[in-house]
Amino acid sequence: MPTETIHRFGVFGGRYVPETLIPALDELDAAFDQAIRDPEFQRELDRLLKEYVGRPSPLSTAPRLSELVGCDVYLKREDLNHTGAHKINSALGQALLAQRMGKRRIIAETGAGQHGVATATVCARFGLDCTVYMGEEDMRRQELNVYRMRLMGAKVVPVLSGTRTLKDATSEAIRDWVTNVNDSYYIIGSVVGPAPYPRMVRDFQSVIGREAKAQMLETAGRAPSSVVACVGGGSNAMGIFHAFVPDRGVELVGVEAAGRGLDTGEHSASLQRGVPGVLHGSLSYLLQDENGQVHPAHSISAGLDYPGVGPEHSYLKETGRALYVSVTDDEAVEGLVILSRLEGIIPALETSHAVAWVVKEKERWNKGDAVLICISGRGDKDLAQITEMGLLPA
Amino acid sequence: MASPPATTSSNSITRRFDALKKESRRALVCYVTAGHPDVGRSLDTLRALEEGGADIIELGVPFSDPIADGPVIQASSQQALEKGMTYDGVLALIERARPKVPVVLFSYLNPILAAGPDALTRAAEAGASGILVTDIPVGADPAREAWLGASPLAFIRLVAPTTPRERMAEIARHGSGFVYLISRLGVTGVQETTATSLPDSIKRLRSTTTLPICVGFGISTPEQARAVGQLADGVVVGSALVKAAGQGPEDVLKLTRSLREALDG
Repeated sequence: MPTETIHRFGVFGGRYVPETLIPALDELDAAFDQAIRDPEFQRELDRLLKEYVGRPSPLSTAPRLSELVGCDVYLKREDLNHTGAHKINSALGQALLAQRMGKRRIIAETGAGQHGVATATVCARFGLDCTVYMGEEDMRRQELNVYRMRLMGAKVVPVLSGTRTLKDATSEAIRDWVTNVNDSYYIIGSVVGPAPYPRMVRDFQSVIGREAKAQMLETAGRAPSSVVACVGGGSNAMGIFHAFVPDRGVELVGVEAAGRGLDTGEHSASLQRGVPGVLHGSLSYLLQDENGQVHPAHSISAGLDYPGVGPEHSYLKETGRALYVSVTDDEAVEGLVILSRLEGIIPALETSHAVAWVVKEKERWNKGDAVLICISGRGDKDLAQITEMGLLPA
Repeated sequence: MASPPATTSSNSITRRFDALKKESRRALVCYVTAGHPDVGRSLDTLRALEEGGADIIELGVPFSDPIADGPVIQASSQQALEKGMTYDGVLALIERARPKVPVVLFSYLNPILAAGPDALTRAAEAGASGILVTDIPVGADPAREAWLGASPLAFIRLVAPTTPRERMAEIARHGSGFVYLISRLGVTGVQETTATSLPDSIKRLRSTTTLPICVGFGISTPEQARAVGQLADGVVVGSALVKAAGQGPEDVLKLTRSLREALDG
């Protein structure tokens, strides 16, 4: 039986799930460890990342943004991946694993719809049956992604319980998995959930940081001084952070969604305003009330609208290895506009949080700094929403 | 009273099973959500369960994100929370109802953790006899499992249809009061048929433990209760009673009586 330490990051993580799922998690643990040590699996994954996803994703210089903030800014372009976000890195890895385990039915949850689209995509590619749970509220906010998933043959199930967002979609996906555990594989979209998911999703996403590290040396001839990424569940952030964690000279910054403001109670800043608690199978920072009931999160971006956060982020926070900050809904929209105007890159609202923070904190950067931002996804999916809200400049 | 609460309260579950065994009867374990549909009617529900012949009452501590529960218990939890139910509210409900049958708290981990390190002693003082936590499987968190195991409450563990035999033994070893056997894959909720794998699961579990075995998930009708009662030491009925509680105490009484008769008949 695996020891506790491999299921946790410090005290965080674990497997707080119904007993029914334990054998499935053991099986997944073993299958994943065997797969990543199998050169054949790695070759197949690398081949598909290259020919299907379009990796390596470029590292772009950002001359006009650099001028605005007063130091060199580099952009890791996950928005250029097939399906337009980093989510496909993990969806692809997990779909390969599912096939290896002989599971032909795939379940996923989605918030912004990017993970749902990535999962629907790989399921179409491999001919797997795909069911995606999505909060009704998010289906409204991210209508385009619902069409994309359905076009690729996925069944999109509206979730009407609770806050009708990512949190409840995740609960519903877990319920499906408990019911169909023998023939179904649950592709979790972030570094959350019971062990081994947080470690597994991080490992599949860590290609972002590995590439970026090499590309920085090649392009800038140096390591970045800071690496900045948005954090909801935190998979793009863990993906780009992981390769840099041992490099103590590299500052790691996770940007959470402050929503309408950290003091309004309407935000998704679990690491800054939450306390450790158990949700969706792991112990991590969590927005909750004094009775241990989960407090609904808020963010303009559906992908960050989650009251929990991956357990490894809680660990990086506790150990001081990473810094967690936040920007508001309004600041995020500004970030979206700035990157669009200055660099001709329209970032997703999630990603815009990271951009906005770098801009907002421009006093903090010195001329010799090199700031690497993870452009986790593209913003096409968000344009209808922010136009409707009247937030785009005329 | 000379004996500490520990022995008194966990023994009340054991005593109940011993008494039933002497009479060759099966335990009727009834789940309802505390504070559903509201505190007043929840109190009436508890009295109806007792009057109808429940042997053990499983009282649900409502949680905002109940991943092991189907739509009926989810909705009842949400309703109870909207009416302001809390962990201490659940304990106050037990104190007011003072049921003569043992009460087992049925909860997710987070509300218990939030209730503080003395949460379990407070529950015992309020009159609870046991606790069952849906999301802390054996081996998941040794420190917190030790805390749950050392409390005055019986610590009831769950066994699933997917649990291998060696793990069944480990689960039973780390639990007390009785073992809760989940009858089928999935979440709580009314089901037309019971799992065909059940007799086999019970047999395997029986070979690993001397604790009484109660079977739950998906049992809603007297016919199902009778069938399962022929295999196990007790049956747990949940969603069907929660539905009845939403209608009113008369419905709860009627259903509990019919379940009792089916089990005893």
